[in-house]
Amino acid sequence: MYTQGLDSLGKDCLRDEARDSAGLESRFQARVDAEEKIEAKDWMPEAYRRTLVRQISQHAHSEIVGMLPEGNWITRAPSLKRKAILIAKVQDEGGHGAYLYSAAETLGVSRAELVDQLLAGKAKYSSIFNYPTPTWADVGAIGWLVDGAAIMNQIPLCRCSYGPYARAMVRICKEESFHQRQGYEIMLRLSRGSEAQRAMAQAALDRWWWPSLMMFGPSDSESKHSAQSMRWKIKRFSNDELRQKFVDTTVPQADYLGLKVPDPELAWDEALQHYRFGAIDWREFEQVLAGEGPCNRERIEARRKAHDDGRWVREAASAWADKQAGAATRAA
Amino acid sequence: MDESRNDWPLYEIFIRAKSGLDHKHVGSLHATDARMALEHARDLYTRRQEGVSIWAVRSADIVASDPGESDAFFEPARDKIYRHPTFYEIPDEVKTL
Amino acid sequence: MTLQARYVLRLADTNLVLAQRLGEWVGHAPALEEDLGLANVALDLLGQARLLLAHAGELEGKGRGEDQLAYLREESEYFNLTLVEQPNGDFGDTITRQFLFDAWQLGLYEALAGSKDAMLAAIAAKGAREAAYHLRYSGGWLVRLGDGTAESHARVANSLAQLWPFTNELFHDDGVDRAAADSGVGVLPSSLAAPWSARVDEVLGRATLARPAPSGFGWYGKQGRHSEHLGYLLAEMQSLHRAHPGATW
Repeated sequence: MYTQGLDSLGKDCLRDEARDSAGLESRFQARVDAEEKIEAKDWMPEAYRRTLVRQISQHAHSEIVGMLPEGNWITRAPSLKRKAILIAKVQDEGGHGAYLYSAAETLGVSRAELVDQLLAGKAKYSSIFNYPTPTWADVGAIGWLVDGAAIMNQIPLCRCSYGPYARAMVRICKEESFHQRQGYEIMLRLSRGSEAQRAMAQAALDRWWWPSLMMFGPSDSESKHSAQSMRWKIKRFSNDELRQKFVDTTVPQADYLGLKVPDPELAWDEALQHYRFGAIDWREFEQVLAGEGPCNRERIEARRKAHDDGRWVREAASAWADKQAGAATRAA
Repeated sequence: MDESRNDWPLYEIFIRAKSGLDHKHVGSLHATDARMALEHARDLYTRRQEGVSIWAVRSADIVASDPGESDAFFEPARDKIYRHPTFYEIPDEVKTL
Repeated sequence: MTLQARYVLRLADTNLVLAQRLGEWVGHAPALEEDLGLANVALDLLGQARLLLAHAGELEGKGRGEDQLAYLREESEYFNLTLVEQPNGDFGDTITRQFLFDAWQLGLYEALAGSKDAMLAAIAAKGAREAAYHLRYSGGWLVRLGDGTAESHARVANSLAQLWPFTNELFHDDGVDRAAADSGVGVLPSSLAAPWSARVDEVLGRATLARPAPSGFGWYGKQGRHSEHLGYLLAEMQSLHRAHPGATW
């Protein structure tokens, strides 16, 4: 349905571009400015479509790869309740990936293409998932900090201009707050537990704090895409604004846990009513983004293995469906 | 390129959240056959008791109105305001009209 | 431990071990949708396991809760069926194991809904709805794989041959089973054999798979005598909990 629509859309694009491209663009921008939603078969600038495909697919890949660092602890969860919660959480993440691939497919790209790009190492995903989860406390830290940061990014996206993406985000946000709460609850139990548990929690915070701040991306002055994305309402707040909001919200939560944020420059600024915090080491971010983080290779290898090992299964399912369709035709 | 994955057709999913409501479009998924589409839809879209009924339709089977023709399709309804009850002034003394 | 508690514990352990196996798949399934499907089964079985463990603990009357039972017992004290501790193998092995189990569990829960133990009856009534869905899921996949490609057929035929010997135990009656059946609490395993066979044969037929020849060897996981696999499974499951005695999580 959507790809058929886009075929004709492409031809219209060419004709219209010859005649009236400035007109189409300005009408498109007027709709976006008026907070109207753009839907799958509406005319859109090619760059808008490309930006969305990139952004939505990166988001989808992140959810899928994100299943691995936490999924790692399902078999070793220290109580049955935690085991059940963790399975449900990781299942949600898979579901989020599915909603997002589904939204990306409305833009004329197939999930198979997107997955192939990921497995070939050509697609990006959130670098945070390239960090290891060596202890149980890392599961708590990911829920509290990583999902917390994700929520900050995602809530504004519920109002993004592209309809299918906005609707997927609404569904995701509803599920995401349980994720953050279960993570924080884990940290709460640890910080109020034995000395060993407390130390485990502090060590996890030390490991995940800075990578979580990096999740918001570089300062907007450094980011090529920001300004145009803001105009198209694909992005609603700047990276720095969201990062600041995250710090302001999260530091009191760490204080409540009795844990120390690993930033000697962290300090409340009464005049600005914000926390001032130290400089981020972007070299680490770039290394991880370039594939040299601690788990980049493992994560992609795991996904590649799942995909390759499962090929015979997917082929069998298709073959069986074809046989049924053939039998139905013959019977008719 | 994994050809086999391309063969799993896309299905659009509609869920009736509660008895009495309409089915609403919630998204899409890939499946090889109708039964699998329903099972996947159940696992993907009804984990939080959000459904009593699922419809799965192959995306290729959906016929949609063309946004390029939306003016001709939908504009004429706009000026026929006499179709709406609020167009008519009924004196207050007249009940239940 | 009373025979009644032992009977319930067998059901609990069987669910727990199978849920643990399914939990290993998350993030590694052949398709994203199957990650969700398998996780769904895992969650259902884990939920049933938790209720059954709590109930077994109450019947035992020594104050052991679900976590003490799950994390602090050794292999010889675990009473799960040997079938469910078998490794996941490939997706075909997992689906075959799941199908053989689901066909058994559905019959069991349908019968247990009439148990004199009210809690067990309630767990079984709810569990039967879940088992019905699981059987639909695993049966559907077994048919796709059995009647899919030549490769998939060969693989699941092999899975079936490997796992078939473990099904004997499902229908073997011992002292605990007989006591449970006599008291109206439980169901005699042998009574489930014929309905199970009928369900299995129907699906194997559609899957174009031949029923393997009966195997003579007996397995006794439900009496605490396990294959080599349970040791590794429990070591992984219990290690963190045991490393912090008395801690809460």
